[in-house]
Amino acid sequence: MDVFLQTLVAGILKGGLYALIGIGMTLIMGVMGIINLAHGQLMMVAMYITYVLHLAGVDPYISLFVAMPALFLLGCLIQRFLLNPLLKVDTILPENQVLMTVGIGMVLTEIIRFIFKSDYKSVSTGYSNATFFLGNISFSIALGISFIIAIAFTVAMFFFLIKTDIGRSIRATAQDKDAAVLMGVNTGRITIITFGLGSGLVAAAGCLLAPVYYVFPDIGGPFTARAFIITILGGLGSTVGAIFGGVTLGLAESFGATYISMDYENIIGMTIFVLVLLFLPGGFKRLTKI
Amino acid sequence: MKKKLVALLVLAVLAFFPLVVKDNYYRHLMILFLMWVVIGSAWNLIAGYTGQVSFGDAAFFGSGAYAAGLLSTHLQVSAWWGLAIGGFVAVAVGLPFGWICFRMRGAYFALATLALNEVLRHAATIAEGFTGGMVGILIMPSFVSKVPYYYVALALAAFSMLSIHWVVHAKPGYYFVSIREDQDAAESLGIDTHFYKMLSLGIAAFWTGVAGALYMNYMGFIDPEVVFSLHDISIMAILVGIVGGVGTVYGPMVGAFLMVTVQELFRSGFFGLLKYLAIVTGSDALGVLAEAVTGAHVLGFGILVVVVILVLPNGIVGDWPKIRKSVFRMKTAV
Repeated sequence: MDVFLQTLVAGILKGGLYALIGIGMTLIMGVMGIINLAHGQLMMVAMYITYVLHLAGVDPYISLFVAMPALFLLGCLIQRFLLNPLLKVDTILPENQVLMTVGIGMVLTEIIRFIFKSDYKSVSTGYSNATFFLGNISFSIALGISFIIAIAFTVAMFFFLIKTDIGRSIRATAQDKDAAVLMGVNTGRITIITFGLGSGLVAAAGCLLAPVYYVFPDIGGPFTARAFIITILGGLGSTVGAIFGGVTLGLAESFGATYISMDYENIIGMTIFVLVLLFLPGGFKRLTKI
Repeated sequence: MKKKLVALLVLAVLAFFPLVVKDNYYRHLMILFLMWVVIGSAWNLIAGYTGQVSFGDAAFFGSGAYAAGLLSTHLQVSAWWGLAIGGFVAVAVGLPFGWICFRMRGAYFALATLALNEVLRHAATIAEGFTGGMVGILIMPSFVSKVPYYYVALALAAFSMLSIHWVVHAKPGYYFVSIREDQDAAESLGIDTHFYKMLSLGIAAFWTGVAGALYMNYMGFIDPEVVFSLHDISIMAILVGIVGGVGTVYGPMVGAFLMVTVQELFRSGFFGLLKYLAIVTGSDALGVLAEAVTGAHVLGFGILVVVVILVLPNGIVGDWPKIRKSVFRMKTAV
């Protein structure tokens, strides 16, 4: 029973972070209708920012306030100068934007590899390995804090989307781009802001992940895959779905690692992906209608 | 008629190439080029003609390569049988996958192919008893000389291009294009889109698998990271298709030639030119640059993806009228 509860706790804590990664992806997917395959790589950049600041003696949770604006800016620039021009280009294949994000991901990874080499770095802090116990169940303090911050960001994001003017414009653009233009929404600007927001959210996830994980250039790929699985699980463009999807993936991964084998951790995500497509196309969104 | 003549001429030049050029290094590059012609043409059929962009060509490439390698390690059969069987193994991987995943459209299908490749790569790594895991498969190459490999590769390239040329100029080819242009309209005209997408995927997977088997025979060594590689196989296949020209028969050939050259330019530091210059001039900066360029071939690929998509979205063959016009205009302006 203890093992079961321990696995459950680990899965939920991990799921909070995954939700944060997934929300950024689902925002971008909902508004632009494209899949951002550089998502994990953007997170990797944020992790390296955290690492550099950590060398300078800054706490990872404080470097949030540097990494998020930096990545917001980077995301805006990518959307403005690399993705938006593609809308005007006449081509046979509509998947050009997705391919472009693959190229951007490669460039980011290799530039970081160029500067920092392929070595595994760690951002170890006093609380990286600290735990506290509730009964027989141990809670990692670092993961606990990141879970709380992740939830805070998610809630903030939710209210931003529902209550503010820009948030409403974003949702309008996601629902119907042409209608949004007719209502006076500057959709070009909204796409730029959305990509920036998505990048900023995943930057937050990177900062929270850095103290409990390794930092290396190739970390982006697996997390892009996870972000994608989460969005498929939750339903495209659904914020609530991304939260459920993130927690589900976190749980599935930790239960798989405990009860099947550590080796299969990566395959489990892919299996879920195929199962969802087969039996629940549209994801959780279809069940909750949000 | 003129086109046929050009094609025959190119084929003749390629056939005489190893008789004229004795340097093994250039023969090696040409074999790689021909292999990429096969893979690029296959990618172009499924993505360029049918509009189902695949990010996971390495899945089929790797299945073919592993089929050939496993035949020789487990059954003690010559790996050359892999050329016959590898293609069908790739089809056997591709068709069930297509049956499930063709219900997705556009980018979602592309991501599913990515997932397929990841699953196969992990599977090949985990099943150590069967595939050798990370250690990979090592077989003895059957020829020392590169000439036999060259002609096998040439034959495969010629047959793959011929078959794809034939398919796209027959009825299925028009169905493929109609699916690319508007799947709903195609369906409403009574085209069984699911079937034709599967057909297209089957042919593409077959040739990619055959290319994988050729790779196993030629290189003599494979491991999961090499043949199921996202960057070196899947992205390279996309680049070959896009640089050359999406939805053109001869595009992949141009693309393969350019991409193998570019890859080698980076890998060898502009064919050793930078290193040579560094030694001659004795400048440290050039030496550092030479090393940096050698280490950065993936970065070069990434930048190339970005630039090509922005500037030449339909590739060199597809955008040829545009290129000719802009060059012509430049001349008149001067």
